Order: sequence, then C-alpha cells, then structure tokens
Amino acid sequence: MTTAPDTKTAPTPRAVPKPSLVRSLALRWDTAVGVLLVAVLVVGLGSTEGFGSAENLAFAFNDIAEVAIIALPMTLLVVAGQVDLSVASMLGLGSALTGALWEAGWAFETIVPVVLLVGVAGGLLNGWLVTKVGLPSLAVTIGTLALYRGLASVALGSDAVTDFPQVYADWAVDTTTVPGTFLTYPVLLFIILAAITAVVLHATGLGRSLFAIGAQEEAAYFAGIRVKRIKLLLFVVTGLFSAFAGVIFTLRYGSARADNGLGFEMLVIASVLLGGIDFDGGKGTLFGAVAGVLLIGVLKNLLTLNDIANEVQVIVTGLLLVASVLTPRIIAAVVERRHRRAANTPAPQP
Amino acid sequence: MMLRNAAGRRAVATAATAVSLALALTACSGTTKDSKESGDSAKAGSAAKADPDAPLKKGLKIAFLPKQINNPYEKIVDEAGIAAAKEYGGTGKEVGPSDANASSQVSYINTLIQQRQDAILVSANDPNAVCGPLKQAMKKNIKVVAYDSDTAKDCRQLFINQASSEEIGRSLVQRLGKQLGYKGKVAILSATQNATNQNTWIEFMKEELKLPEYKDMELVKVAYGDDADQKSFQQTQGLMQAYPDLKGIISPTTVGIAAAARYLSDSSYKGKVVLNGLGTPNQMRKYVKDGTVEQFSLWNPEELGYLGSYAAASLASGQITGAEGEKFKAGKLGEYTIGKDGEVILGEPTVFDSKNIDTFNF
Repeated sequence: MTTAPDTKTAPTPRAVPKPSLVRSLALRWDTAVGVLLVAVLVVGLGSTEGFGSAENLAFAFNDIAEVAIIALPMTLLVVAGQVDLSVASMLGLGSALTGALWEAGWAFETIVPVVLLVGVAGGLLNGWLVTKVGLPSLAVTIGTLALYRGLASVALGSDAVTDFPQVYADWAVDTTTVPGTFLTYPVLLFIILAAITAVVLHATGLGRSLFAIGAQEEAAYFAGIRVKRIKLLLFVVTGLFSAFAGVIFTLRYGSARADNGLGFEMLVIASVLLGGIDFDGGKGTLFGAVAGVLLIGVLKNLLTLNDIANEVQVIVTGLLLVASVLTPRIIAAVVERRHRRAANTPAPQP
Repeated sequence: MMLRNAAGRRAVATAATAVSLALALTACSGTTKDSKESGDSAKAGSAAKADPDAPLKKGLKIAFLPKQINNPYEKIVDEAGIAAAKEYGGTGKEVGPSDANASSQVSYINTLIQQRQDAILVSANDPNAVCGPLKQAMKKNIKVVAYDSDTAKDCRQLFINQASSEEIGRSLVQRLGKQLGYKGKVAILSATQNATNQNTWIEFMKEELKLPEYKDMELVKVAYGDDADQKSFQQTQGLMQAYPDLKGIISPTTVGIAAAARYLSDSSYKGKVVLNGLGTPNQMRKYVKDGTVEQFSLWNPEELGYLGSYAAASLASGQITGAEGEKFKAGKLGEYTIGKDGEVILGEPTVFDSKNIDTFNF
C-alpha cells in the first residue's frame, strides 16, 4: 500500500472553499435524521390528539427500550464493519431463562447475573467464531440466531411464565415513570448506557480503533490495533446487552417466553442504518444511531395513533431505510463533484 | 487463542471472580417465586353498579384488536362487530398487528387508550402480555371485552367464548374417533404455541383421548403452523413424512385446516387420512366437494363479532358490569347471561358437510 497523495483528488487547501458549519451539518445524514425526528415530534404534537401526553410519550419510548439498548453495541459493531444477527434470539434466550429459573424457584437477584453470564457466553461464541475461526460475522450470527432461539425453546418450551412479583414488573412497565419526568426506568437506563457508549465511541482510543478497523481492517492491524481482541470484546458486549434486554422485555410484558423479541434483530439493524452508520463500516455517529431508533419508535407510535395500517407502517420504515442508505451516497457524490469542480477553477481573489 | 498473554488471562480471571462473587452474594438473599407478595388483584371497574334498564348509548366508539389483521376468520368476526356497532348508533373499527406475536398487540392497546375509545375488544395472542395496558384502559373507564382468545381474567370485564372450550375440544375428538372407527395414530395441527384458545381445546382433546373408547387411538404429535398458510402446509407434509401410517389430523384453526386440506388433496394420502377441525365454509368448500374432507365445524364467526359488539356496548352504557348472572340483549341474537368469570358463551358449533355447506357463505 502506498500513501503517496493523489494529486488529482487532493487539492491544496486554498483551492477548496471550506464548507460553512451550517452546510456541513446539513449535509450529514445523522443530523438530517435528528432534524426529521424533531419534525415528526412537532407534526405529531400539532396534529394528533393524545400524542403529546406524558403517558403516550412514556409509552412510545418505552416501547422501543430493548431495541434501543441493543442498538448501542450494534452501532459499535457496525462501525467496526461487523454485524450481529443473533441479538433478538439472545433476547429470547434471556427471557426464556429468566422464566425457567424463576419457575424453578431461583431468586430474581440470582437469575439476572446468570442470564447476563449466558449473554456473555453467547457473545464469546460469536466472537470466537469470527476472530479465531475467521468466519464472516453475517454467516456466524445467522447460525447462532437459530441456535440461541432453539436453546430458548429448549429452556422454556412453549410455556409462558408470568407470575413475576409486582415490584419487578413495575420497574419496567410503561406506567411507572421516574419521578417528575415522563421517562420510564428502561428508558433512563438506555440514556445512561447511550452516554457511556457515546464517550467510548467518540472520545476514546478504543472508539478511534473501531473506526479504523471498519475503514480498513488490515491497515488497522498493521497500525498496531489489536483487531481480534477488540472484535471479540464487541461481540461479548452485544451478547451481554441483548441478554439484559431479554430481562427488561420479560418484566415489561410480564411474560417470559422463548419467542419474545422475534424479528427484533431487523429493527435494531434498521435503526442503526437509518441513523447513518455505514454498513461497510468506518462511518457514523452514535447520535445518528440514537436518532434513528427514536425516529422509528416515534413514527410507529404516531402512525398507529392515526390508525395507519400496519402494512403501511412497514412500507414507511422500509422507504426510510432505503433513503438512509441511498441519501448519504448521493450527497457524497454531489460533494465530490463540487469539490472537483472547485479544484479545477481558480479560487476567487479576495 | 485470544487470551494467550498473561494480561488477558488475568482480566478474565478477575471478571470470573467478580461474577462468582456476585452470584454467591445474591444466592443468599433475594426474592423468589415462593416469597413473592400477592400482586394487586383488585378488579378495576367492578365498583360501578349495573343499571339493566339503561338504554344503549349513542355514538359509542369501539375497537376490535384481533390477533393479526390479515387473518380471514378474524376479518369476518370484526366486520360483523363493526356492522353491529352501526346498528346501535356507534362506530367500530379494526386495528392490529400483521404478525401474531405476543407483544405486538400491546402498542395498539396503548394507542386505543390515547384515542379514548369507549370499549376495546381484544383477541389475545398472549393472555398476560396484554394485561398491563388493558388494566390501564379499565382504570380510565374504557371497557375491555376479550373475544375468541381470552386474556388473564382480571385484565378484562367479559370474555365472549365461541362455544364452551370443553365442548369444542371433546367434540372434535369424538367426531374424528367416529370417522376412524376409534383406531389409529392421530396428530393435531395447531396455530401458535401460545394461543390461549388453541391450547385450551388441545387440553380437552387430550382429556377426551384418555377415555377407554380411544384406547386404540394414539396422539403422536401436536404440530404448530403459526396460523401461516405456508408453514401449516409444510407442517402437514412433515407430519405425513414422520408418520406415514397417520390416520387422522385435527386442525382447530381455520388457516391450518385449509393448508392441511390443500396438501392432502394433492397427495397420495387423499381419502386415506381423515382431516377434521375448525374451518370456514368458503375456504373448505372445494375440499369437501373433492372428497378430501368429509366434515368440519365452526361456530358462526359473524355471530361472535355481533355478540361481542353488543356486549361491549352494554358495558359502556352501564347496563352490565361483567358480574356473573347479569343479562343483556344482543340485538337479533336475543338475550345472553354472563356466566362464571365473566364468560359469555355464544352457543354450539355448527358441523359443515357436503349436505349443508352450500347454505353458508362466510
């Protein structure tokens, strides 16, 4: 690999007018998703009765709490050029185990760490297959998607365990809010985890390593980044968060079942991509991912409140997703062309 | 191996120690199933007094929340209920998820609360997952009626049952037994693993099969087609492959029985395997005429929706509160009495065969 500058595409700084802050923000997809989220909120408040009630907002956000929590490590994974499709199955396994162990008479305080440990083990298996055996993460996690869901069915069968005590159920339900706010406890937890993840991704060496791995894994390796170890860590954290989401999901619905969260992996990945995280890795912000999750949640709530059929909701989400993948590329092409044109014409004299 | 170096091993060891410590600490104390306090079982909305003479209110808003919206059977039920709402001067609508997943219905219940409906009719995918929001609805004086598939008892005021679950379960086995001469291997093709109604019927089927006259009949498997046509078709195929000497299939779901009939009619098992269960005449007409299926049964789904609609209106108008023994009028269907646990039974199922099938159109 050479690092010799390409004289054609690397013009002198003077030749390219530096885009203004406003323009550079507007041209970024993650900012656009944030703006879209605010727009949907404003439209909702103005147009739909009941949308702005504290009760509804608490519900709308709580409804996507598990998806949002899993989206955090998923963002890191995708930035590093990986993906984990087994997250929803791990959620189901976490839920099934919570139910099975509760049924067996375990203390809830013991069940939680055990479930988390299983999440870590599942993440280790994913990570090991990817880093040690060298399989692509997509292939590995398609396999473990089936495996973990199967284990969930073995753990609990077709039963549903429902007799969790009120104190735990109350912790996660839509109607219990943090005093003085419309935030539910799972949402509060998400905010804390999101803040930590944002710091890790954007303000630490580890975060920079993730971008480097996603952009060019080999180069990152030769630059001294411990690529395999970091990837393994990412899968472990994702497994951990997914299993934890399984506990939250169980308490929120008061129903532990092996099929809980079926299909959620698509929702998680869709949210992350919608937030402008490049599926090829190396690009994206946590702000974008969070805005993506919230946008999907709020939009779903707003459409349901307006009696828009489920099929239409799926179409809307799909269109948004296609747009989110396409738009940044179109913008990049436009910017590229403009830069080239700017490079070819002499800079205006002051 | 990733953890080749000492630092890595040390880190893992530390983590493992921390986790075991946490386990040891928590194992000594904590809340278990046995130590839990009794939850709140106060039934919301039962404080109100019934006024049997109150007229049905005008302009009631009621909403049907089926298990999934593109199920043809549920469509018939809900449309009849919506038509009934027009009869008494109210408005009805149907909303719901496109998949029959346990949690999908919950967000719809919340939005129905925000829309201030007068009554919600729900056919539950999971009796407990829908409970929280339904209790919330009742707190806000929205009446809750379960129909077709029940919720937990304290999460609704009434349950409109098609027919008694016991009768449905037992009668399906009785009729299949007669068709088979009480001999041979049989299987059940159900909907989802957690469907309340399906599982209740299957329990009664198993009870019935324990009786001495069925000693030569063996239930080999309960398969789940998830109320999806393709999956039910594949499950039937799988059943025949696994048990080539299978003699009979009971499919107590309209999607399942139609898919099973479709498979059997094109296979060498046609006429050799007896299929019975619950289906709609329009779906099954073809298979009754070509000899794949001799008979099947169903309650009248239009009457189920109609009854549910009137029951919801009577609740919302204060005529009834859901207590046992109260009576209400359901339009052209006449008077019904609320049974134990708020259950209202529509009536006996109808058996359809080549003689009568052409007189029905739904």
